[in-house]
Amino acid sequence: MAHHPSDEYLMDYAAGSASHSVDLLVATHLALCPECRDKVAAYEHLGGALLDSASPSAIAPDALSAMMARLDEPMPSEQTPASDSPRFDARTLHMIPEPLRSHLAGNLDDLKWSSLTRGIDQIELKVGLKGEKTRFYRIRGGQSVPQHTHAGNELTLVLAGSFSDSTGRYARGDVAIADGDLDHQPVADLGEDCYCLAVTDAPLRLTGPVGRFLNLFMRY
Amino acid sequence: MAAPAYEELLVAVGRHRDRAAFAELFAHFAPRLKTYLTRIGSGGEMVEEVVQEAMLMVWRRAETFDPAQASASTWIFTIARNKRIDALRRVRRPEIDPEDPALVPDAPKPADEAMAESQRDAAIKRVLKTLPEEQAALLRQAYFEDKSHSTIAAESDLPLGTVKSRIRLALAKLRQGLERELT
Ligand SMILES: [Zn+2]
Repeated sequence: MAHHPSDEYLMDYAAGSASHSVDLLVATHLALCPECRDKVAAYEHLGGALLDSASPSAIAPDALSAMMARLDEPMPSEQTPASDSPRFDARTLHMIPEPLRSHLAGNLDDLKWSSLTRGIDQIELKVGLKGEKTRFYRIRGGQSVPQHTHAGNELTLVLAGSFSDSTGRYARGDVAIADGDLDHQPVADLGEDCYCLAVTDAPLRLTGPVGRFLNLFMRY
Repeated sequence: MAAPAYEELLVAVGRHRDRAAFAELFAHFAPRLKTYLTRIGSGGEMVEEVVQEAMLMVWRRAETFDPAQASASTWIFTIARNKRIDALRRVRRPEIDPEDPALVPDAPKPADEAMAESQRDAAIKRVLKTLPEEQAALLRQAYFEDKSHSTIAAESDLPLGTVKSRIRLALAKLRQGLERELT
């Protein structure tokens, strides 16, 4: 694999500060990339060290007894990831790793593709907050994607086939990162159809005083 | 070296459902999780609730804890991080599935490297204490304030490149310190 998410994205993923759609793309890359899994593990170790070095806050005096009283609560039935789900055919199962696979409504050939232009089909995935763009593309080999720029960064993870643009060639597992200024025109390489996941990394998360206040209303 | 035996406590919880061991873990980690969750802005009374949910998960999942993979604090950090995100998004955080047929497996690691994980974490903690405050603060911001690199940049009116290079500098300092500690 030649193109990995940059360390900033891996660290944001480990710290838990990436947006939902970026989480989905990074985690799907991790399924294909032991090297980045190691890096994320290292950043998680840093998180653990920061937690351990944090100054303790006072907790409610009855917190421990309240906790101990909950230990025998029955375990909620755990939803296991859908890897053993029979609804996917072998091609889908082997081409699309989790966690992306669970976000698809079915097998690659049965999805409700909508045509973007000739040779390019897309599906909008409902992930994250309003405004986060998460799209799954199928691009016929040899087809070029219309030239475009985007607000914020766009990350594209290739699942099958490959594409090339002025920044390089991207094949299975590779992540292309285009910042807002990059005016690029990717072309799917001849041969196999190119399947890829694209997300935009616009600053959407709720931070700052207003966002923190809104967060209060987003519980459970 | 008097490394705290939190890993042993976790193993005791996992193997023997040891309540006393769990209470000790709670006494150490719950107040720190509260600091973490408060600073990251989980909001009011939700903090205590996520602390409890996270520690309950620690109790339930303790048998999957592997001291060769991570220290107790790293393992608990990842649980609390996920609990918080799940609570905010109301869906499970996307993660890899180790049983997935499409997963590219790890190359086998030399046994002695795997052994060193929790010692490595202890070293990270020691080195963190020696970092200049400005750099330690930046790392805390990245982890404890729910700020992606691009958000830190937008809020501090700094170019993203500057934020990236400052965090890189802090990480490089950390790495240098670790090299000194571990060699
Ligand atoms: Zn990678």
